[in-house]
Amino acid sequence: MAAGGVLRVARLTANICRRHRFFAGRSAQRRGVASCIDPSHGLTDEQKEFQKVAFDFAANEMAPHMAEWDQKEMFPVETMRKAAQLGFGGIYVQPDVGGSGLSRLDTSVIFEALSTGCVSTTAYISIHNMCAWMIDSFGNEEQRQTFCPQLCSMEKFASYCLTEPGSGSDAASLLTSAQRQGDHYILNGSKAFISGGGESDIYVVMCRTGAKGPKGISCLLVEKGTPGLSFGKKEQKVGWNSQPTRAVIFEDCAVPASNLLGVEGQGFTIAMKGLNGGRINIASCSLGAAHASIQLTRDHLLVRKQFGETLSNNQFLQFKLAEMATDLVASRLLVRQAAVALQEERADAVQLCSMAKLFATDHCFNICNQALQMHGGYGYLKDYAVQQFVRDIRVHQILEGTNEVMRMIISRSLLTET
Amino acid sequence: MSGRVLVGVKRVIDYAVKIRVKPDKSGVVTDGVKHSMNPFCEIAVEEAVKLKEKKLIKEVVAVSCGPQQAQETIRTALAMGADRGIHVEVSGKDYDNLGPLHVSKIMAALAKKEEAQLVILGKQAIDDDCNQTGQMTAALLDWPQGTFASEVTLEGGKVKVVREIDGGLETVKINMPAVVTADLRLNTPRYATLPNIMKAKKKKIANVKPSELGVDLTSRLEVLRVDEPPQRQAGIKVETVDDLVGKLRETGSI
Repeated sequence: MAAGGVLRVARLTANICRRHRFFAGRSAQRRGVASCIDPSHGLTDEQKEFQKVAFDFAANEMAPHMAEWDQKEMFPVETMRKAAQLGFGGIYVQPDVGGSGLSRLDTSVIFEALSTGCVSTTAYISIHNMCAWMIDSFGNEEQRQTFCPQLCSMEKFASYCLTEPGSGSDAASLLTSAQRQGDHYILNGSKAFISGGGESDIYVVMCRTGAKGPKGISCLLVEKGTPGLSFGKKEQKVGWNSQPTRAVIFEDCAVPASNLLGVEGQGFTIAMKGLNGGRINIASCSLGAAHASIQLTRDHLLVRKQFGETLSNNQFLQFKLAEMATDLVASRLLVRQAAVALQEERADAVQLCSMAKLFATDHCFNICNQALQMHGGYGYLKDYAVQQFVRDIRVHQILEGTNEVMRMIISRSLLTET
Repeated sequence: MSGRVLVGVKRVIDYAVKIRVKPDKSGVVTDGVKHSMNPFCEIAVEEAVKLKEKKLIKEVVAVSCGPQQAQETIRTALAMGADRGIHVEVSGKDYDNLGPLHVSKIMAALAKKEEAQLVILGKQAIDDDCNQTGQMTAALLDWPQGTFASEVTLEGGKVKVVREIDGGLETVKINMPAVVTADLRLNTPRYATLPNIMKAKKKKIANVKPSELGVDLTSRLEVLRVDEPPQRQAGIKVETVDDLVGKLRETGSI
């Protein structure tokens, strides 16, 4: 257990030298040290400031609790509200309703940094942001003023409800129905795997108001406490444990017609537009995890000795580290390009977002997995953060559109081009 | 009283970075290394902003001496709530040789020029650990000083400072204008918020040269060599107290 002992001593000494807000512990190793993988390269001064706040917040408020939140499955409401006070509750929501009005690239940079503190919590914050944006962008003035300020401050939490037990990748085949009756819609059906389900106050629900297919889908805002709204059991997951995942069940749930976002039949479009940004956000979370894992691995290689020297002298491990670094930077560049394309509403934005999600989530998972391997036996222990990064970002290859669906989007675009 | 507070902020190597000595032993490696605001300076800025929020003072001016990059540090102070910044341009050899005496002269000149009522500095910088600038600035201005502050209260025209000293806590009441240096437990610095970072962009940073303040930057100190701390040697185990005393005598420790 020699290496573990050395690492623990290193952390203890680090702890003694740091007090107050500087009590960084394990997280000190994750503070970005300038190098070829430094995520601040190429950013404007302002973006570097945003990134710094996010990194500091992640190191001080999230990283020390990341393991506990995972093991005890705690939804860190207070910490997220603190993040919201800094402007992280509605990063790309417009300022007139309480948002920070930043760009998609700024958002990607922020989530990437926050993720180094806790992937699961950051991913939930990103979903919350996506919902707030959907209401900001497609809601009427009354809806924007009613819901957005409370979401931006995280006084209330939001969940995105598209997937159903019978429709995942084939999202447009969803069955939850919304029948118009007077000035209400009556919802019947259920949603599966809803992040924040049971805890969230506002559910952005894609439901069928019309005929089959995407054009029959509308988007309704359902508030917790509405009669007929109930939740399934809390799912037990491999990762993402700081956010609850539940089925959301509608049984003759009457929702005011004034909660319709946009117009009838627009729901699928709203959902997909939300997901474009969501995919960049999730990919950004993967980037943060990979960055943190590479830092941890690098530190481990410099300390752990076998065969009379530190692992950092082993060429195979040096080369592996180089490959991990290269894949990280390549992923980051693609994600940031996609963010810029989305911001500028470029013609290739949707495809680029899909490519970025596909590439980054796959590569970053492999980076984290490889990082675990390079920790040897220690990588498998919950005392070490790397296993949590692996478990937490595994799901990024599945949700917000599986990486297979990403391939569908890209190939469809290629094969229908004239 | 002018209601203006000057806060000095220093750009230093980030506290989490592993410091490496340059091969030529002339200093530490700073190129490409992550820098940030000195933690004690962050505490100083926080205290000044708090005083402004309590409406006890009117304006917080952040000052930094250094090359172009010092502006990043001033921007951080602006994002925390400072109203405007002053960048005293010092670069190249002058910057390498910049020490507490020069900075004190600069701060003193600015304090007079800005008619500051209070100068708040961090107690020391984490790169040189000098712990001199605050004291020297007060001496040059012939102002009272409250150093190692763990609590600062403005009462009437005076400042009550609770100081952390070796024996415990000492409370002093000093007249304004005064110099205060911030110690660790004075406050917990706030995070800059995203809206404040964006507002900071619009705040002004004035550029000033040391010569305009009548400050001569020639150094009276020359750094001969910088070395890493000696490698920790292995200890020896002894069986009895007599052995221990014997060994201590051998090494000349007693």
